[in-house]
Parts: sequence; structure tokens; C-alpha cells
Amino acid sequence: MKTPISQDEVAALRAGDLVWISGTVYTARDRVHALLATGEELPVDLAGAVIYHCGPLIRDGTVLSAGPTTSGRVGRYTRDVVDRGVRLIVGKGGISEDAEALWGRAAYLAYPGGCGALAARHLLVRRLHLPDLGMAEGLWELEAEGWGPMVVAIDSFGGDLYREAKRSEMRSE
Amino acid sequence: MRREDLVCATVAVLAEAETVLPSWVEEAIRGAAERETSPIARSQFSAILDNIGIASEDGVPLCQDTGLPVFCLEIGRDLSIPPFLEEAIAEGVRRATEEIPLRPNAVDPLTRKNSGDNTGPGMPDIIIDLVPGDSLRITAFPKGAGSENGSFLAMLNPADDPLDFVAREVAKRAGRACAPVFVGVGIGGTFDLAARLAKRALLHMPGSSDLDMALLSEINRIGTGPMGLGGDATALAVRIETALCHTASLPVAVNLQCWANRSSSATVRDDGWSID
Repeated sequence: MKTPISQDEVAALRAGDLVWISGTVYTARDRVHALLATGEELPVDLAGAVIYHCGPLIRDGTVLSAGPTTSGRVGRYTRDVVDRGVRLIVGKGGISEDAEALWGRAAYLAYPGGCGALAARHLLVRRLHLPDLGMAEGLWELEAEGWGPMVVAIDSFGGDLYREAKRSEMRSE
Repeated sequence: MRREDLVCATVAVLAEAETVLPSWVEEAIRGAAERETSPIARSQFSAILDNIGIASEDGVPLCQDTGLPVFCLEIGRDLSIPPFLEEAIAEGVRRATEEIPLRPNAVDPLTRKNSGDNTGPGMPDIIIDLVPGDSLRITAFPKGAGSENGSFLAMLNPADDPLDFVAREVAKRAGRACAPVFVGVGIGGTFDLAARLAKRALLHMPGSSDLDMALLSEINRIGTGPMGLGGDATALAVRIETALCHTASLPVAVNLQCWANRSSSATVRDDGWSID
């Protein structure tokens, strides 16, 4: 998929699909989400955007390692993010009941946790916004090229692989 | 023992731990990947194995979360403990943060201000064991937040079943802790001893007792799977360590470790040091 992402492209995704991404990706974790929730204007346009729950390891403008961080910590801001036009959220571990904020508008993609070196081969640094937040918490604008595999873990119709895995957990009791 | 030797050994064990997994860890991942039946879980394993290859090939950290600096020191009882012990290890962490490089992860818990070099009050965390001999063995065990945040401790009622409790809780938390996970379990002792047992269980991995194996298969029966997306492999290994506890208590602690179970050791002697 190429950024910016259209509404139709989101609607074509189903939980369990595999996706590769090319184009602009913005990192956002705890501090950027907290800013966003206060209604603060961000220095980037999030219409049709892909955001990545990630605090990368970057040296001299090169991405060395950039796997996902746990999405559960920022799940509560999903509605704020989607309201600003974000169509794909990339992270790990899912966002539990906050996934409802995605319905009809956006999808959540799981990138394999810990695969920072693999991701680094597909991500270039464009620039760092909000540098005062530091390396991990800053808002990095990255250029992705054939970056994946992402699993569509939560689609825009409520399909949710984490919930299905939980259901099989309950069946096993 | 020379101060510079301990500093260099610290940098070297951190560099190796961050970029190359111990061979038994990689074998455990490969074995589980071959046995995995869920197609989505297989896609996660395939990325994990690619990632392991790239990190060691490019000499870059496996994961951007290079962790908090945790070390285990096995100090020979015949060794005269140098006055610079902790300070030289902290110096090694600062140097490693710059040279490898590591992501600066250590922040003040209240102000959230980053110290910038992964050292400061309480960091590095140094666990000390006394052993026979006259050398010092240093093990780097960098600990990322995803799996550390999934760790837990509970003071159970002695009538409760601690193994069932651990299996249910691990299955619930493993997805966010970058499963397939390694599970260090401490049962018994006091509040803090249970946590220390759990951490040591991870350091002494893999487990092989009947109880370890039974708990491993119970966790995997539940089907949380790699990254919580469903599948056969939720945990790769379990180790349980126990201590006597009060007749009225049943402390249980679990320290989770993500699939990137990073560690590396070196031995420092009076006349030099070498990676184990």
C-alpha cells in the first residue's frame, strides 16, 4: 500500500491479510499522543496518514533499529488519532476495546515486535519533528519502502485477531 | 583487576547481547517456528528469523528497545573486590550507549527526564552472586519494557493453585510482551524474594524439570500465540525457582522475557578479560 491511504483502501482490508507499506510514516508514542489529546496542532498533516507506535534507534540520520512499541499504552487515544484523519495505525499487541474507534474509518496493523533490525532496512529518515521530546518520544517522519509484513490485526469492520485468540483462550477453560 | 578491563568487558557483553542471540535461544525459536501450524504465526516467525540474521550481519541492535542495563555478577569468593566495581560498569554502559549505540531509555520515574546515557540512580542494576574461584563473570541481560511491563507479582492465598494462576496470567499478557516469551517464575519466599527468584529463573534458563515442562505446555495450550495474534507458540521456555515461604503466604512472581532473550557473558581476571 502507498501513502496517503484512501478510505476505499482501508475498507478493502480484512483481519488476517498481510500488507507491505511504502511512503510516509510518522512515529508516535506516549508523549506525541498525550500532546495530540490536548488538542495541540501537530507539525504534520495526518489526513490519510500512517502512524507507527515506535521509538526508533537512530544515529546520524540513519535508522538502526525500529520495531514497534506496545500499542496498549496509547490505545486510549485512538479516537483522537483517527479524528485527525489517520487511516492506518501500525504497532504491536493490539488496543483492546479502544479498537471501536477504528470502525468504519481506519485499520490497525501488527508489525512483529522486536524486529527492529528488519524494519531498519526498509525505513529512511526524512526529519525529526518535536526534537525536544528526544529520540524515543519525538515525532519522526520516515520514508518506508516495501516495509512489512504487517498483519491486518484489526480491520475497519470490527474483525480483531486478538479477540479471536482470546476467545480460543476462553474455550480452553 | 584493571578498571579498564572491566569497562571494556562491559561494553563487549552489551554489544554482543544487543546484536546476537545466545545459540540456545535461537534454536528454541527455530524449533517453535518449524512446529507452528497457524499461517499468521508463521509469518511472525519468518520476520523474527530474518531480523535475527540482519542484526548479526549488520551489527545493529535486534530491537530498538535496547533495554535497561541489567547485569549479573558472579564474584569469586577469593577475589579481592575492586573499589571501582559498580562505577566501572556504569562507565561501560555510558561508552556502550555511545558506541553501539543504545537508545537512551533511562528516565526519572517522576519527572520522566531522560538521563541521556542509560545511567543514573539505580542504573545499571547489578545483581551479585558469590561463587567459588578468583575471577569475576559479568553477564549483560538488557531488559526491554514490553516484557518487563507484562511481568507481575501476587500474594496468593495458600489455598490457590499458583501454576494455574501463572498460566492464565501469562496467556493474557504474552501478546503485549512480544510472544513467544520466556517465563521466569518465582514461587515462595517473601514479597521481594519471589521477584528475585523470577529474575534468576530467567538468568538460569532454560528449565527442564517436569513442573517447568507441564507449565510450558499449559501456557501454550491456551493459544495466545506469537504477538497475541493466535497460534501454538505463546512461550518458548519456562523455569520455576522456589524458596520456603511463610505458612500463611504464597508469593508468586513472574518475570516475562520477550523472544529476544538477550544475554552475553565475559570473565574478568587479574591479567585480562575474555568473552565466554
